[in-house]
Amino acid sequence: MLKHLLRCVGTYKKDSILAPLLVSLEVLMEVVIPLLMAYLIDWGITPGNMEVIIRTGIALVFSAVISLAFGCLSGHYAAKASAGFAKNLRKKMFHHVQDYSFSNIDRFSTASLVTRLTTDVTNVQNAYQMIIRIAVRAPAMLIFSLIMAVQINPRLALVFLVTIPILGTGLALIVTNAYPIFERVFRTYDKLNSVVQENLRGIRVVKSFVREEHEKEKFGAVSKSIYEDFSRAERILAFNSPLMQFSMYLCVLLIAWFGTQMIVSSTLTTGELMSLITYAGQILSSLMMLAMIFVMLTMSRASAERIVEVILEQSDIHSPANPITEVKDGEIVYEHVNFTYGRGRGEEGLCLKDICLRIPSGSTVGILGGTGSAKSTLIQMIPRLYDATQGSVRVGGADVREYDLNVLREQVAVVLQKNVLFSGTIKENLRWGSPEATDEELERVCRLAQADGFIRSFPDGYDTYIEQGGANVSGGQKQRLCIARALLKKPRILILDDSTSAVDTQTDALIRKAFREEIPETTKLIIAQRIASVMDADQIIVMNNGRVDAAGTHAELMEQSPIYREVYESQIKGGNGNDAA
Amino acid sequence: MTQPKAQESRTMPGPRGPMGRGMGGPRAKLDLKQQGKTIRRLLGYLTRGYKLRLILVAVCILASALTGVAGSLFLRILIDDYITPLIGMEHPVFTGLLQTIFTMALIYMMGVVSSWLYNRIMAVIAQGVLRKIREDMFAHMQTLPIRYFDTHPIGDVMSRYTNDTDTLRQMISASLPQMFASVVTVLAVFCAMVSTSIWLTLLVLASLAVMMAVTRKVAGHSGKFFVRQQQALGKTNSYIEEMINGQKVVKVFCHEEQSKADFDRLNEELCHDATQANRFANILGPIMNNLGHLQYVLIAIVGGALAVSGLGGLTLGAIASFLDLSKNFTMPINQVSQQLNSVIMALAGADRIFQLMDEEPETDEGYVTLVNAREENGVLTEAAEHTGRWAWKHPHGDGTITYTPMEGDVQFFDVDFGYTEEKLVLHNVSLHAEPGQKMAFVGATGAGKTTITNLINRFYDLADGKIRYDGININKIKKNDLRRSLGIVLQDTNLFTGTVMENIRYGRLDATDEEVYAAARRANADGFIAMLPEGYDTVLSGDGAGLSQGQRQLLSIARAAVADPPVMILDEATSSIDTRTEAIVQKGMDALMHGRTVFVIAHRLSTVQNSDMILVLEQGRIIERGTHRSLIASQGKYYQLYTGVFELE
Repeated sequence: MLKHLLRCVGTYKKDSILAPLLVSLEVLMEVVIPLLMAYLIDWGITPGNMEVIIRTGIALVFSAVISLAFGCLSGHYAAKASAGFAKNLRKKMFHHVQDYSFSNIDRFSTASLVTRLTTDVTNVQNAYQMIIRIAVRAPAMLIFSLIMAVQINPRLALVFLVTIPILGTGLALIVTNAYPIFERVFRTYDKLNSVVQENLRGIRVVKSFVREEHEKEKFGAVSKSIYEDFSRAERILAFNSPLMQFSMYLCVLLIAWFGTQMIVSSTLTTGELMSLITYAGQILSSLMMLAMIFVMLTMSRASAERIVEVILEQSDIHSPANPITEVKDGEIVYEHVNFTYGRGRGEEGLCLKDICLRIPSGSTVGILGGTGSAKSTLIQMIPRLYDATQGSVRVGGADVREYDLNVLREQVAVVLQKNVLFSGTIKENLRWGSPEATDEELERVCRLAQADGFIRSFPDGYDTYIEQGGANVSGGQKQRLCIARALLKKPRILILDDSTSAVDTQTDALIRKAFREEIPETTKLIIAQRIASVMDADQIIVMNNGRVDAAGTHAELMEQSPIYREVYESQIKGGNGNDAA
Repeated sequence: MTQPKAQESRTMPGPRGPMGRGMGGPRAKLDLKQQGKTIRRLLGYLTRGYKLRLILVAVCILASALTGVAGSLFLRILIDDYITPLIGMEHPVFTGLLQTIFTMALIYMMGVVSSWLYNRIMAVIAQGVLRKIREDMFAHMQTLPIRYFDTHPIGDVMSRYTNDTDTLRQMISASLPQMFASVVTVLAVFCAMVSTSIWLTLLVLASLAVMMAVTRKVAGHSGKFFVRQQQALGKTNSYIEEMINGQKVVKVFCHEEQSKADFDRLNEELCHDATQANRFANILGPIMNNLGHLQYVLIAIVGGALAVSGLGGLTLGAIASFLDLSKNFTMPINQVSQQLNSVIMALAGADRIFQLMDEEPETDEGYVTLVNAREENGVLTEAAEHTGRWAWKHPHGDGTITYTPMEGDVQFFDVDFGYTEEKLVLHNVSLHAEPGQKMAFVGATGAGKTTITNLINRFYDLADGKIRYDGININKIKKNDLRRSLGIVLQDTNLFTGTVMENIRYGRLDATDEEVYAAARRANADGFIAMLPEGYDTVLSGDGAGLSQGQRQLLSIARAAVADPPVMILDEATSSIDTRTEAIVQKGMDALMHGRTVFVIAHRLSTVQNSDMILVLEQGRIIERGTHRSLIASQGKYYQLYTGVFELE
């Protein structure tokens, strides 16, 4: 796991090495200070030698300033390295996600991908900065101070042999006992959040069913379990600072008792005694710091794992080695296509079962079927959004898997059911279809998609700014913009996946008329709920439970397909039949 | 296609929640008076039920802080009273020292114990207070009118339960005790310093001033860049969110390279700002640290010079302990200044929490209640047990009580309504739904269909006019009883985490398993529930993720069915079910609607064709009413909608 993460350090390797190096030097200078202080006291203040005081004083100021410089530089490099590391991570992930296939995206879900790219990266960034700086500083401080203490008086340094194990075991006990509880608390916190969120989302339901008391009980139960777990964890943590104080006080008393005797027997000086006490403080607090680092790093490990998962995920759809770079025409053939989203679930798991179809270039095909009959799945094989599990899909006479991916997708335009406009002007959104398109071309496709009229009615016309997710246009307008965007690609195959459901029937009819007259050579596949949208197609395919239930013209299906007849009657009988919206 | 249709009521103009969570907003600066009020209120929570323990905590903090000071003075005694005189003695006697060390050990022991005590007690108090605040807040939230939820985004309210309570936790359990301890320490150390040497104390004060000034400068820079970093992070994150959410569209249009390039630009900017922000934060530590060292050195030199020149009568022990004292003096001050930021943030959080608690709850001046009823000899009387019949219990001023049978007769008389006072969204609405009738509302988004149903269950109050329910003005009916008599199925299904069984039972908490099965069968949900891995015990999470929108709608229909109310409101209840399935559900729905007054909102006109009365709304007015046949015959707006001349989006 680490290997994959570290690869992202990239050009920030220099900073990542300098930061710990400089922080070690900072610590080194800092550790020298108590030693100099001992000298100052023993040879300057005690005998009253002003010259020594000033000389040592200058040396002290000098080391403090150098330590300051090293400290600041290391801080600078650590910031640069960690921010750069985060940048590289984000970049690597984002670029990698761009290469994902649809099934890769499905596997992660978009919400989870967003968290991994944002929160998780921030967590890892903080952890990384800690590793290259604080996590070096604490052990360095511990080791250097210990060495100094031994240097000054090896016998007196033996007190650390008592206190370090005490503090160490104590801290280890606290961490191992409290950490699992904290982990549980965070999970319970998620539960609390989801109770609140569901309550807020469903406040109308709560109020209409008069379930306020019930909700309060639900919330109270979660709140109570957080209270109990948190209290338990905090009670353990309450040992933290008394333990530290205990170890420190123990050091001071031991050093005072044995130290005094040594001073009296002239094997130690007063200054040395004081510097030993200072070292004791540094040693113990860096031990404490180490425990904290340990906890923080364990917490960020989950984030690191989630990031590596994204990086390691292999896209399962690639261009072949020697791709075909031209789509001859818009003919589509399905040969015994089976498909499943999950892997290896056998017969029952199949979403599409034994699909055989032949759609001639330039024809118009309607696809009907109930919710969950795999209409969308069927058409997503054509631009290779998913690959067939068994069998093959052929476009323009060749298997789709033999084409260069970009070439294929340029020629197969899909207006997805869950379609999205991006924040930007209408023009910018449309040019997704073709970056070089002229304004005239934009207007032409918008006229085809019956969008020109309402675009012109906006004060800013084609320069109208679309909010994120297309929040400021109506559903019908959004669908027409998406159709125009797809038309701009001048594709050989155009697929509309329930893309006119919010458009009124007249406009819908106009769009279909425009298709017929203006782009006759393009193969058109139209998935619809509304039977009127597909009635005049050359061929209508009725899907049921992942199978082609029937295929034929309107007249043929009215005779042969009971499902088709049923749908027709439920929508048409007793009027012109339509969903108004 | 499951296009999320914003609830009509949400489209209302109005304040979009005044409390954005952004940094540096007008909220960041609370005026002092407000802060004082917030602190008093927090203290109220702290002292309620914890008074004795708080006193104990204060005593313990005091003891623990004084122990620290005693430690510094101990050094002086050690050096001046023992080490210096003992040096050069022929036969040094250590019994006195042993005694002093023993005394010190006792003092230290006390310090350790009291520090443990206050940490432990404070942790528990903090958790208790937080729990109380959390539960108070949630309970109060349940009483708020729908209007509050319209004007406050979910994320904003959520953050009071997460971010704001969390900062509060840190403040109560960590910052408050530490600040108190710091103040005590600083005062005690200051006294000890002054008693040791006034000149050196002045020196410490001077160097402290320099340290504070430097810190402020660096922290200021750091803060500025942190705001910039936050903004850059926000921009990058929202780009990531937009692109990942639209990833499938990106692929379909082969737009990957372009989106990579745009991302790289944002990412580069973010990296720059993050580096700056972290750099200043990182160098703050070494600066404070080494300025501390410099101060230490300065005191040693000046102290040494004073001692050498014999001014001020400083002993070696005094200098040694003063050095220790100076550290104990600046450290807590630095700590406080670092804590101050988090305290201010916590107070802002507390302020937001209290704001929610101060919101006006829904008022309810109703006094007519819904009771089980029994009919004996043509007279309605109240019954204690479930009888299947209901009556409105109507107490009068003179002490008499009348019972009116609940039938589901709803009448609007010239109702006007607006979400804000300036703009009415309903004008002069009059209608009469008789018991057992099916009444449908048709019209464009924003025409006021959902608004009408929201008035029946009193989510909002009228601007003018009157609504009568079984002849009783609905203002006189207790809200909870009124709502209990209405079943509602919304387009947004809002399922809750829990089993399928629990979700259906939400409609009536005391329903037996058999009643739940029956309701599911009536709503035609039984079939797909049986296919779920655990059947009725399948746990749903995240608003029923894993179920299709249609299946979720079936569950919410079953939920309303188990409640068995006399009046039903179906707001786009079948919009996500395809027409074939809808035809099947419709049978269940018809069974469900039989004998009830039903209000239906649907954009699929086929759903409403068989209504007893169809009302066509336009901009808050009823412009046409009648049966399907009569409306088609009159060739008005309904006819145009029906033949598809207009789109209803």
